Amino acid sequence: MAAALEVSNLSVARGGVPVLSDVSFTLAPGEALVLRGPNGAGKTTLLRCIAGLQPALAGRIDGAEDRIAYAAHADGLKAMLTVRENLRFWAQVFGQSDISPALEGYALRDLADRLAGTLSAGQKRRLGLARLLVTGRPIWVLDEPTVSLDAEAVALFGAVLRGHLGAGGAAVMATHIDLGLEARTLDIRAYRAAEDADFGASDAVFL
Amino acid sequence: MTALLLRDLRLALRAGGGFGLGLAFFLIVTMLVPFSVGPEAALLQAIAPGVLWLGALLACLLSLDRLLALDLEDGSLELLLTAPLPLEGALAVKALAHWLTTGLPLVLAAPFLGVMLQLAAPGHLWLLTSLALGTPALSVIGMFGAALTVGIKRGGLLLSLLVLPLYIPTLIFGAEVARRGSAGLDPSTPLLMLAGLTLAVVALMPFAAATVLRIGLR
Amino acid sequence: MSLWQYANPVKFLALSARVQPVLWTLAAVFTSVGLLWGFFGTPDDARQGSTVKIIYLHVPSALMAINAWFMMLVASLIWLIRRHHVSALAAKAAAPVGLVMTLIALVTGAIWGQPMWGTWWAWDPRLTSFLILFLFYLGYIALWQAVEDPDTAADLTSVLCLVGSVFAVLSRYAVQFWNQGLHQGTSIPVATGNRSVADVFFYPLVMAMLGFGLLFLALVVYRTGTEIRLRRTSALQARMNRRA
Repeated sequence: MAAALEVSNLSVARGGVPVLSDVSFTLAPGEALVLRGPNGAGKTTLLRCIAGLQPALAGRIDGAEDRIAYAAHADGLKAMLTVRENLRFWAQVFGQSDISPALEGYALRDLADRLAGTLSAGQKRRLGLARLLVTGRPIWVLDEPTVSLDAEAVALFGAVLRGHLGAGGAAVMATHIDLGLEARTLDIRAYRAAEDADFGASDAVFL
Repeated sequence: MTALLLRDLRLALRAGGGFGLGLAFFLIVTMLVPFSVGPEAALLQAIAPGVLWLGALLACLLSLDRLLALDLEDGSLELLLTAPLPLEGALAVKALAHWLTTGLPLVLAAPFLGVMLQLAAPGHLWLLTSLALGTPALSVIGMFGAALTVGIKRGGLLLSLLVLPLYIPTLIFGAEVARRGSAGLDPSTPLLMLAGLTLAVVALMPFAAATVLRIGLR
Repeated sequence: MSLWQYANPVKFLALSARVQPVLWTLAAVFTSVGLLWGFFGTPDDARQGSTVKIIYLHVPSALMAINAWFMMLVASLIWLIRRHHVSALAAKAAAPVGLVMTLIALVTGAIWGQPMWGTWWAWDPRLTSFLILFLFYLGYIALWQAVEDPDTAADLTSVLCLVGSVFAVLSRYAVQFWNQGLHQGTSIPVATGNRSVADVFFYPLVMAMLGFGLLFLALVVYRTGTEIRLRRTSALQARMNRRA
């Protein structure tokens, strides 16, 4: 099967300093990849780069163009809009119309007419993850998706993710929690940029 | 695009959205003018077009730092970058929403405030026209300024410093229309200049704003 | 061998070390000769008396105030297109110099205006345009200082310089439209060649203008070197921190 996402020889920098170099992996449809590594290893940087939010120093990312749904610490929710309005907005932005799977998947039906600002942190997080479902995008790029979720909600998330993968989607995520699904793990410590690696670093020319 | 426009309008109208703050500011500034220069009708009449234009401009400026900062805080801005909308279009739409919720009310309120400042009768029409033509330019130029300062903590003051010089041509032509109109002179030359300026700015500034926003969010 | 090799910061530093003594000497010679000649070696003007002599400060500084912005515009374009760090840093280095030149032009203009026009300040198009230019310099410098990442700052200020240039020109015409002024026309119109300044005043003025130009160049080269060393220091520090 053709790869959903192919990352080859990717090098990324944080604050102008290379943190990871030569990261390569492919992701088939239906597959999930979990990034592991200590804080500051470069997980967030790598995910942002895959999502197209920051440029890579070197390397290629194939298959990401217009196929990524990204979720990070900030959920992109408006406190003064209801749950339904928030979801509908993102659905429309991504050219979708049906928000009921998202409401069902994260048990948000009962909360649909509450203002997002009145939700608890965990409920907000569920809404933020539900947003992924209304994008209609096949590749999910998730940065610590389970923050502030309780065990029940993590199970919901696991179920939704399995459904997404089962339907031919794919996911790359940074998480420390076992989601109860078969996922490859990639320890990014192996790609730590060498200390003297200056390729493409913006300030290398000053040395 | 429509969804974005509707969302921004809805957010502005809901409580806490800041709708009407600009209008209240406009009212207060206008009210303070007679306190500072004295209540003589002739003096107020002479300065009314300029004061109203300046008041509208400052009211517009006041709301600029909400333009993108709120969307940055809650992460919407980054998510919009990954969305299939062209950023240039998204920013133009957001500027339009800003104009509808801030600029348009100012335009409509100006003639009433004009009465308070003894604005001469024919001046009302020209004040309304010039503000209607000029305030969209203020919104898009402001969008550029907001995009330029989006990643900067406490960038509000910097935003004013950057945007105010860019407002000068619009202010000059706009206030000149109102001034000539209320003095019974022919305002068509500055009116055409103002219209041309606004059209050019509306057409080009969203591209500049999108460029600097992409850089700023990198 | 091309000019672009000096876009490498290290090569630029080596070059600037060699040219700086020459630049400073020439700047000092031209500026002092121009000013001294102008102040003490020229007769008083028939109408203006000795007040005319402030022209040797006023005109060169006004000239450099505009040219400095123009240089920043070109440098910003080079940075945006070719990504040469020296170019971005040269624009950064030039801004405060341009700001001071603008300030000198404004202040000497006010001092000159008092006896001539009977007022320190008038909302004349030229004066107003310089005031606007002053604001643009302030905004540009403030933006450089506010952005933490140096490359992002270079990008943002470059775009601001471009957009600001367009608006500065627009403002110039708007201001002309808004008020016809008191200020005399250009002293030395290059295009027509009909200068309104007599030879006896003209030659020291040209000396002073060359002197200010060289002074600007020397200051920018010197300040660019400082900026490069700052970046070099932080680049080295970043690498040390990573090793630690």
